[in-house]
Amino acid sequence: MKSQDLAEKVIQLRREVIDALYAAQSGHPGSALSTMEMLVALYYGEILKYDPQRPDWEDRDYFLLSNGHACPALYVVLAEAGYFDAAELQKLRQLGAGAQGHPHRGSLPGVEISSGSLGQGLSVGLGLAHALKLQGRKNHVYVMMSDGEQEEGSTWEAVMYAGKSGLDNLTAIIDKNQFQIDGATADVMPSLDPLAEKYRAFNWEVQEIDGHNFSEILPALEQVTRPLAIISHTIRGKGVSFMEGSTHWHAGAISAEQYETAKNELA
Amino acid sequence: MSELVATRQAFGEALFDLMKENERVVALTADLGESLRLLDIREQMPERFFDVGVAEANMAGMAAGFALGGYVPFAGTFGVFMTRAFDHIRLQVGQNDLHAVLVGSHGGVSNALDGGSAHALEDIAYMRALPNMTIVYPADAAAMRLAVPAVAIAEGPVYLRLYREPTPQISSAFEIGKAYVVREGSDITLIGTGPHVAFALEAAEKLAAENIRAEVLSVQTIAPLNVETIVASAAKTGRVVTAEDHSINGGLGSAVAEALSEHHPVPLRRVGVRQFGESGKYAELIAKLGIDAEGIARAARELLNK
Repeated sequence: MKSQDLAEKVIQLRREVIDALYAAQSGHPGSALSTMEMLVALYYGEILKYDPQRPDWEDRDYFLLSNGHACPALYVVLAEAGYFDAAELQKLRQLGAGAQGHPHRGSLPGVEISSGSLGQGLSVGLGLAHALKLQGRKNHVYVMMSDGEQEEGSTWEAVMYAGKSGLDNLTAIIDKNQFQIDGATADVMPSLDPLAEKYRAFNWEVQEIDGHNFSEILPALEQVTRPLAIISHTIRGKGVSFMEGSTHWHAGAISAEQYETAKNELA
Repeated sequence: MSELVATRQAFGEALFDLMKENERVVALTADLGESLRLLDIREQMPERFFDVGVAEANMAGMAAGFALGGYVPFAGTFGVFMTRAFDHIRLQVGQNDLHAVLVGSHGGVSNALDGGSAHALEDIAYMRALPNMTIVYPADAAAMRLAVPAVAIAEGPVYLRLYREPTPQISSAFEIGKAYVVREGSDITLIGTGPHVAFALEAAEKLAAENIRAEVLSVQTIAPLNVETIVASAAKTGRVVTAEDHSINGGLGSAVAEALSEHHPVPLRRVGVRQFGESGKYAELIAKLGIDAEGIARAARELLNK
């Protein structure tokens, strides 16, 4: 898909995220909107090998969403790709729905792991990448994390181990949207930065990119090297003016008026 | 009951044998390869041995990843440190319903001299709280050698508990989910788990000298619990004493109490640990805590005099 088409896909899927979150009257728009270009690049930019008809296809690449609260973005991307009916999105967070409030392995095809407790996905990715290597398989593992997630001690257990592993079939993506629940990461945990140097010190290859720009995202994702960290600089709530960079939109219910505004802005 | 062997020793040997046979088994440890007797594996099968350093949570998460990728991971540390991995175990192994074997060594106070910080007294309790966790605690080396290949082909999450202290060998049988009557009796039932099966047998000997005929049950799978066998024995004797090296809250005693309360209430005493641990020689420590054979016999006498 061309960059122009990818950009259009992003707008469409951001609208669908807002639709799902409005229907649920609950959920996390900030990260679901900031991560969208990266997800679209993975699923429509010829990065991930996948087959919606065969979610367990053994040659697929793996996408593990460690920052589980961003799952509305993953759900709309998977529905659009054909993993399940888009009607499921309107049931987000309802009793019995496949679209659980946070990803729940087994509840929807294409959701590889449960997440929602931060600081776990990278460890799972490491074990999985080792398992694939042991079998001589070519599958690649992508793990997406949030920036607030970098504050979890267990994230650094995994980062340190990855440096030892030398695995070149693992890419970590950090959606650095600058916010966490209690406010800006610069206020809550200013010593999170500089982040790239920390990863480099643990023997990672690091690339910093504009996470809303496909001409930077796609080349970064195409790299195959020792553990690669892509620090993706993004804007929380991207595309919706009153959510962009707002301290209030980690999570929350969208009003009718806000819904109209958001939909108009994402037209 | 002459020879004393630690189940952790049998574990390392059994896992080595299993990995020689089955290339889909991998071993992970958090800097305790020596303590869990995994060094032969490290030496001879280095491509399937993963030492993550002192990082238990990462170990558990990686175990989930290996399971996703088609391997059977045995991921081991001290039982007391499994606590640090519990968040990853709960979600990535438990809720994901993956077949990973988490190995908690040095169960209970069996790392006696190291003191309270080294004593695993809560691991069974929090593992029991997960709805799909199979909890296996072999009674002796013979059972451990059967348990390792058995849990490797089980389904879903498994917690395998090992013991550091060499304990009496009773030529135990082992099958997941099965409780065994290892001594018949009619006056009272003693139910042990792990090496406390042997201690319960020793207690039964003491009681026999006092004309008390104790039946002894070996429960080596705490979850799922073999309720039928336990209820049948309780119905026969009318009194039950449980014995374990674990907190009395949430371990075998709790599991048995819950099962009997629901199915066949009888007077019950739970022999287990009621405090944080402390340093001491193993035999002296378990005597002080009241979880040795004499402690089990004492609980039985109290229950019978009631």
